[in-house]
Amino acid sequence: MLKTERRCAKVKARIKFRKYGVMRFIGHLDVMRYFQKAMRRAGIPIAFTGGYSPHMIMSFAQPLGVGVTSDGEYLDIELKEDIDPARAVRQLNDVMAEGMEVVGFNRIPDDKKSSGMTIVAAASYRVTLLVSARSANVTRTFPDSWEAKIEEFLNQKSIVVLKKTKRSEAEVDIKPMIYQMRMEDEGIYLFLAAGSEQNLKPDLVMRAFTEFIKEDPGRVPFHYHRIDMYARTPKGTEASGRFISLGKL
Amino acid sequence: MRKLALNDEILLKIEKPARYIGNEVNSVMKDPEKVDIRFAMCFPDVYEIGMSHLGIQILYDMFNRREDVWCERVYSPWVDLDQIMREEQIPLFALESQDPIRDFDFLGITIQYEMCYTNILQILDLSGIPLSARDRDDSVPIVIGGGPCASNPEPLAEFFDLFYIGDGETVYDQLLNAYKENRIAGGSRKDFLEKAAQIEGIYVPGFYEVTYKDDGTIASFTPVNPHAKQVIKKQMVKDLTHTYYPKAPVVPFIKVTQDRVVLEIQRGCIRGCRFCQAGMLYRPTRERDVETLKQYAYQMLKNTGHEEISLSSLSSSDYSQLKELVTFLIEEFKGSGINICLPSLRIDAFSLDVMGKVQDIRKSSLTFAPEAGSQRMRDVINKGLTEEMILDGAGQAFAGGWNKVKLYFMLGLPTETEEDMREIPRLADRIARRYYEIPKEERNGKCQITTSTSFFIPKPFTPFQWAKMYSNEEYIARAAVVKHEFQEQLNRKSLKYHWHDAEVTVLEGVFARGDRRLAEVILAAYRLGCLYDSWTENFDNEKWMKAFADTGTDIGFYNLRERDVGEIFPWDFIDIGVTKEFLYQEWQRALRGEVTPNCREKCSGCGAMRYKGGVCVEDREEVRQGEGTN
Ligand code: SF4
Repeated sequence: MLKTERRCAKVKARIKFRKYGVMRFIGHLDVMRYFQKAMRRAGIPIAFTGGYSPHMIMSFAQPLGVGVTSDGEYLDIELKEDIDPARAVRQLNDVMAEGMEVVGFNRIPDDKKSSGMTIVAAASYRVTLLVSARSANVTRTFPDSWEAKIEEFLNQKSIVVLKKTKRSEAEVDIKPMIYQMRMEDEGIYLFLAAGSEQNLKPDLVMRAFTEFIKEDPGRVPFHYHRIDMYARTPKGTEASGRFISLGKL
Repeated sequence: MRKLALNDEILLKIEKPARYIGNEVNSVMKDPEKVDIRFAMCFPDVYEIGMSHLGIQILYDMFNRREDVWCERVYSPWVDLDQIMREEQIPLFALESQDPIRDFDFLGITIQYEMCYTNILQILDLSGIPLSARDRDDSVPIVIGGGPCASNPEPLAEFFDLFYIGDGETVYDQLLNAYKENRIAGGSRKDFLEKAAQIEGIYVPGFYEVTYKDDGTIASFTPVNPHAKQVIKKQMVKDLTHTYYPKAPVVPFIKVTQDRVVLEIQRGCIRGCRFCQAGMLYRPTRERDVETLKQYAYQMLKNTGHEEISLSSLSSSDYSQLKELVTFLIEEFKGSGINICLPSLRIDAFSLDVMGKVQDIRKSSLTFAPEAGSQRMRDVINKGLTEEMILDGAGQAFAGGWNKVKLYFMLGLPTETEEDMREIPRLADRIARRYYEIPKEERNGKCQITTSTSFFIPKPFTPFQWAKMYSNEEYIARAAVVKHEFQEQLNRKSLKYHWHDAEVTVLEGVFARGDRRLAEVILAAYRLGCLYDSWTENFDNEKWMKAFADTGTDIGFYNLRERDVGEIFPWDFIDIGVTKEFLYQEWQRALRGEVTPNCREKCSGCGAMRYKGGVCVEDREEVRQGEGTN
């Protein structure tokens, strides 16, 4: 990058990280606090806002529920000065707690349109069936019949569920927000709408499904794992498909 | 992968599961096979409170430097988990290894305030350790207590194997070595306790017998084991610079009360306020070298990633290098977005200048702790703050743009009259008047003077240890006098008044100066369901009153009588350095309203000179010149 360019354009970077193990019990707000402190420990030259209590310029693509693990979490930061991505990853991983791992550090263009918060449009999940709700690590295989039932579930005209937000309760048809749902070897694969426009959580899908197959939810405890997050593929790019991983932009 | 003591179902059901999973940055993991001693360090309150305590972080760091020791942390499970653990019979566990406390060698409990006593029983109970020390065998940890309330450990004597009196940095190594030696020699629990009893500063309550007179006061307090000392001497770190300090403290995942780097700049206080226990317990005042503190600031900020740093001491304005340290912190760290959290400082040009640099003047407030409303009362308590100083300080601050003031007072001080109480609102009003003297165009709207009163509790090892307290009703009546007088003030619309709860005060008073017979009451209250008594939402006075009634314990005996010169106090066997003679002399001076100079002005011969450290050995003239304008 040329020096002159650097002066006018801010340097921004997108960090991709994994959250696993006991870190699944750390809520979203605490993950934000965790990364603020990690940036300082790692000596990442992050930029601050002005004012009496300056804070780091940092934004997370999408919160992850407590109990859920993930291979594809993202946060965008603004840098005061450039840093070599490989070095940044190394420095961050040197100060991580077990259960947090930085797997990517990419520079991204400096414009509102490309911020992780605004562009996230979908997320993929893997759902596993547990022997008991007591442990997310001990899984069992899904009943054979479920593969066909998933198809029937998706073939309904609409899938109406009661969606609770902080303020209200509303009946919503979630079918348009389920982009994919299928049985795979490792578990049920879900590809769902995510982001500020439309957002569907995986547990809501599985609740609707268990109701549909008239299964007692207490007997089929699930564990949710987020695989990745996606944006709509920008026009004019070579990538194929409607969605592209946030890490590949 | 980390194993957890609690299963997912529980962790997803309870509030803030992060309280119980450990794994925090800088927490210490070791191989249990490779250590000789497992030490569980406990703060008997919820995680967010316990994690904010500097003393535990110091000891945690100190113990873990030893290769043969693994020190872990444990806090009180919150009430939601408490219930689940009882129902499902899950034993209390340490955060790092998640192993049951019952399998540890030591359980060390820091005792910071009286209202945590039922939480101590909860810790023992959930761990599966017999509550009474006499019922314990070799299979359970040695339960050791320390901290300020250990200066009168008697109400808890029944529940502890031993107490550590004084600064933790001093004789723990000796104690741990004695434990190892005893184990190698195949000694029993009792053998170890006898060895421990011979170490200075260690008190084994089971080795003493107390007899009482007909009036309920102590007749005798005698060692009944040949290894037990007659007097337990407080242990003290003479040199605060060359000792342990945690350069990489544990960084919690969730927001805790003290979510910042803490620099302890000095221990002790030169002032000698007569109500203040810490001021006597930590004599003589010792400072930590400023260059060392600067290094710690760098290292600790780097190792934790905290965005805030604060100073800790009893009276920061008395730290001789304060200007240098604060200026350094601001110049060095303010630019990198580190918030400098100032302690409450004496108001002068310097403090106003730095406050203006690190806080938003419009939002921040000035704090004064005159503790008493009238000058007469302030002389009784030896608080060297005059009305002139307060009004001057406030005036300067108002001129600098501040318009919020917080005032702290105590009610129920010895010799207090109605006139003294009424002086509290009047002083607040005079501060407001000072504000409204500023021309309207130049001031920043209305001022806001917030006054809080707490009720005075006489503490052991203070000149007021002989003083009487009052009943619940009397306290409320005194607060009402103050409230009423507030309504009479010219600027009442700018004045706000809050007062503390009286019921808790009464209980704190009982336990602060209580004896070993109170163990019964604590146990009864715990059995009735008392827990987290320092949390207003959990405190249940009725249950406590029932516990007193059921055990036939008279609150009046502990709170409502002025103690006699000759009375043997339950804590008399502890020698904190300051002599009982000095304290009594101070008590008499207090009753006469005579002020005693602070340690830097003039040594009053309190007894702490014996430690040959800190302010007692400072060159007085030099120090005073170094202080500049004060
Ligand atoms: S001996 Fe003198 S200088 Fe030392 S603490 Fe006591 S009063 Fe202060």
